[in-house]
Amino acid sequence: MSQIDPLNRPVPSQDEDGPPDNTLNQVAELEGTHIIEVSADTNGRAAVNTPISLAGNSATPISGTGTPVTTMIAGRLSGFWQAATRNRKVAFGLSVIAFFMLVAIFGPMFVHTDPNAFSQDLLSPPSASHWLGTTQTGQDVFAQVIYGARTSIFWGFLTGILVTIISIVIGLCAGYFGGIIDDILSLFINVFLVLPALPLAIVLAAYFPFKGPLTVAIVITMTSWAYGSRVLRAQTMSMRRRDFVDAARASGERTLRIIFFEILPNEISVVAAGFVGTVLYVIIFEASLEFIGLGSPTVVSWGSMFYWAQNNDALLLGAWWWFVPPGLCIAVLGAALAFINFGIDEMANPRLRTERRPKVKAPSTRKALTTKEAVA
Amino acid sequence: MAEALLNGNRAEAQTNTLLEVKHLSVDYLAASGVVHAVNDVSITLARGEILGLAGESGCGKSTLAYAIARLLRPPALITEGEVLYYPRTRVDEAGVQRVSTVSMHKREPRVQNLDIDEAEEAVDIMKMGAAELRAFRWTELAIVFQSAMNALNPVMKIGTQIMDVLQAHRPEMGPDARRQRALELLRLVGIAPDRINSYPHELSGGMRQRAIIAIALALSPEIIIMDEPTTALDVVMQREILIEITRLREQLGFSVIFITHDLSLLLELADKIAIMYAGRIVEQGSSFDLYDHPRHPYSYGLLHSFPTIRGPRRNVTGIPGSPPDLRAVPTGCAFNPRCPFAFAPCTGTLPTLSVADPEISEQLVACHLYNPELHPAGAPVEEEFAERYASLSERSKAS
Amino acid sequence: MNALDQLQTPSDARPDTPIMEIEHLRKLFPLRQINVFGPRRAVHAVEDSSFALYPGRATALVGESGSGKTTIARMLARLYDPTSGTILFQGQPVKMTGGNALREYRHHVQLVFQDPFSSLNPVHSVEYHLSRPLRVYGHVHNKREETEQILSLLNRVSLTPAEQFIQKFPHQLSGGQRQRVAIARALAARPEVLLADEPVSMLDVSIRLDILNLLLRLKREEHLALLYITHDIASALYFAEETLVMYAGQMVEGGPSQEVIQRPKHPYTQLLLSAAPDPDRMDPNQKGLGTLSARGEIPSLINPPTGCRFHPRCPYAMPICKERFPQRTDVGNGHWTHCFYYGDGGANLEQPPLLNLATPPAPRRRTGRAQRKPETPDTKENA
Repeated sequence: MSQIDPLNRPVPSQDEDGPPDNTLNQVAELEGTHIIEVSADTNGRAAVNTPISLAGNSATPISGTGTPVTTMIAGRLSGFWQAATRNRKVAFGLSVIAFFMLVAIFGPMFVHTDPNAFSQDLLSPPSASHWLGTTQTGQDVFAQVIYGARTSIFWGFLTGILVTIISIVIGLCAGYFGGIIDDILSLFINVFLVLPALPLAIVLAAYFPFKGPLTVAIVITMTSWAYGSRVLRAQTMSMRRRDFVDAARASGERTLRIIFFEILPNEISVVAAGFVGTVLYVIIFEASLEFIGLGSPTVVSWGSMFYWAQNNDALLLGAWWWFVPPGLCIAVLGAALAFINFGIDEMANPRLRTERRPKVKAPSTRKALTTKEAVA
Repeated sequence: MAEALLNGNRAEAQTNTLLEVKHLSVDYLAASGVVHAVNDVSITLARGEILGLAGESGCGKSTLAYAIARLLRPPALITEGEVLYYPRTRVDEAGVQRVSTVSMHKREPRVQNLDIDEAEEAVDIMKMGAAELRAFRWTELAIVFQSAMNALNPVMKIGTQIMDVLQAHRPEMGPDARRQRALELLRLVGIAPDRINSYPHELSGGMRQRAIIAIALALSPEIIIMDEPTTALDVVMQREILIEITRLREQLGFSVIFITHDLSLLLELADKIAIMYAGRIVEQGSSFDLYDHPRHPYSYGLLHSFPTIRGPRRNVTGIPGSPPDLRAVPTGCAFNPRCPFAFAPCTGTLPTLSVADPEISEQLVACHLYNPELHPAGAPVEEEFAERYASLSERSKAS
Repeated sequence: MNALDQLQTPSDARPDTPIMEIEHLRKLFPLRQINVFGPRRAVHAVEDSSFALYPGRATALVGESGSGKTTIARMLARLYDPTSGTILFQGQPVKMTGGNALREYRHHVQLVFQDPFSSLNPVHSVEYHLSRPLRVYGHVHNKREETEQILSLLNRVSLTPAEQFIQKFPHQLSGGQRQRVAIARALAARPEVLLADEPVSMLDVSIRLDILNLLLRLKREEHLALLYITHDIASALYFAEETLVMYAGQMVEGGPSQEVIQRPKHPYTQLLLSAAPDPDRMDPNQKGLGTLSARGEIPSLINPPTGCRFHPRCPYAMPICKERFPQRTDVGNGHWTHCFYYGDGGANLEQPPLLNLATPPAPRRRTGRAQRKPETPDTKENA
């Protein structure tokens, strides 16, 4: 039953000890009769037990007949969809990304100009025949942007997925096991965390036998996984102390199952936020590496467009149509990802939500029937 | 007392009454709708009285207490009602004087020669301005919050925290006077004076709770609202704190509004108990009357839902079902789905709080069973309560 | 039907063979060494505790915070490993290592947690929670069987209609319902021993009894051995046949609930009982909260008092109490205590209890008409 906190008191975070509202671990110490009945979907009144997960906030699960895992996923997706459409930031971000995805997947089918084809119009501004103008060598900028979208977005997301997977595995294991395993993994994490990303990337990329987006992806993966795993390690360490983990152990669950099926689903929003943030970072980092020439010169991507534009003094020549479109694309995509991140933050932490005014008339007179009126 | 009020005999009521809540209602505006957390609650608090507010989660007792102190923030909204506070007066050679500082901020001059009637003027807390409210808070009304021991600032010594309060409200006190008062307060609540320089984490849970009570007493308030002050403490510590509170009450004469879900505690501690359910008071009366003869089926159920440690065992049954979600309160009497006595009018009409037995005018109950028009058979006796609850629990066990 | 009713039937005499025996259990939690050269610091959570659990009987373990009762429950559930001592299950010592042995043990001994809000994983449905133990312990082989068993489990804990509850998530359930799911989850493993760590302290007062009655019913039907951990001694009297009292990690008294709670021998038990809320002792003409037989607070377990840990607060303390912890003294009727006041080992049947709650004070018949207390003039009116 929802007990709304009348004083809007700050809600202890998940890490803080204490049972709810009404908090968590302190209950074990307090022989209290703290009755903290709070439901997670009380808008704005964050229950202490609000799980940081998308499903915890208003998911209505699909009555699945599948296995628990598919039911879980189905439930999560429906929750996700609901949350996405309700939160304006997430809706905006997702629609922009959806747009770019469509462009990346289907764009090249509709654009018949070969981005690498030279033509006679050198460095011409946008016109009817070349919507975004041409480069120094007569290549169509618009076609390059479309084809480049495919490269940048594909490798961006792929790298993001790789980084997320590595950080999940290492972070969760370090957080759950504690002890010597945690010490070793933490050492690992800390070393990679302090390695300077850009110099290392340059060195690695210079020495790799083959150049190209794959190299860039590997280099970025190696330098970026540590941050996410640190976050997840902290999150897991706090999650580890919660009763349901002990209950799962007492039910005889195997350790790996507990880590990936009990704890991880509670951290999905942290993982999602991390993933989105990583993709954002990766896209920009890739563009940077290609800009300084570490990518393959033959592959068309937004970053390589910058490289060629820089090499051919596009800025000095005033050929804004060469570098502004790819820059704008990166910026807009980045903004969309950032919006999604804000949205995820809001969904996970109800205190950040800016609630719309409820569509309720202020109560004027509530007349309950008194016995006199009823009888009369 | 209730009778006197009902008859509008204000003069008689005023000499004893400290606080009068009249038809107070508090709503929460949530995105999914309006939640009536407190619904048309009226109750009085006499000077030096301990009033217990009992009820389960979601019954609105905390909301009521915070509403009285005007500590609610949006989306909570006090939609109607007034809370009349009767400042203490003193009669001396000069006549009747207002003693409280609340009146300092009213337009009238502070000291007047007044008739006793005029002197007992009530102030509506709901209508107080900001300055008046600031003067009112802590000097007249103090609050001890739930889990108050976590309300202490962990990086300040407790002596400093007490002296802070004094500094804020009594700027005319010098540092020495403040320190003396802080020591006096610590002694009052039973903390060794040398603890004035301790940090909260150096004190045990019980001592922290007592420190909070000392802070609440700093300005000698008339009313102290205590919201589940002992819930987080062990039973022995709880008993010590309660003994402390009654002793202080004897000594200083303040009133207490004590909020808890533990009815057995209130039966021992409180003079008057009001039981709340789904935002309304369903029964109210002296603790003896309540224990001896609970009238509302919910009160009976509550009284019998905890076992006792003494000889002949009481029949303990519990109440099937659970407290309602305030977003979807049943129509009519909110208790009707769980009530073993529910009959026709219960789902349609809301019972009002009224006297059940003319000989015990202080015990009020909101139940159609005591309305001779709707239930001509008369009120049920104790055996019937026991019987009905027993059969209810049998039915629920069988399911 | 409750514990006291059951005691009346002679056929329900204590069965001879305990299903679990706990002998001299000790637990120390080492603390981080800040001063490397100083002594090893540890929290002495549990000291030398021994008791037994019998099938079809409920045993209550009563104590305040820091008494070590939760630690004992977690040791019995094998979430912690004891520092020393043995646990015997069906006469066989329990192996302390090995994953499979552990799983086998958990098949027989299950734990219900205190907080129904955090003992269920918020992202999983009720069906998932109940299906896991069924699968882990191999009680089901296909989906149909699993659903059948889940429905029957929900029916057994009175969560009906069961079909409605299967797909619910914890945040859609009330506290009482969540606790029932937790109990059903424990039952899914088909244990012989059920450990309940304060199962009702976080629930509303009016539904506590429902849950306790449910546990009693399950105990009867399944012939479970129940360990009921609580700080509320009155509910121990209601619920369990046997009560054990712990203080600061030491077990100080034990025996049949009625004996221990109504004729307590140990001074600490007496303190607990005098502190517990007792509306029956109200006197209309005198508002008093009673007095406590001892003041002071629970000691820190990092440097606990020597000997009997209650001696700093005990009104009957003797010099020997500081030196060592007394041996178990039998005081008759299966009631025992560790207190020098009654002796040091052996038996002592004559010493009267420190408090006798068996008979209530002046008769408090429920008259339906209360005795009105004389009108007391307001004393503070003219302060």
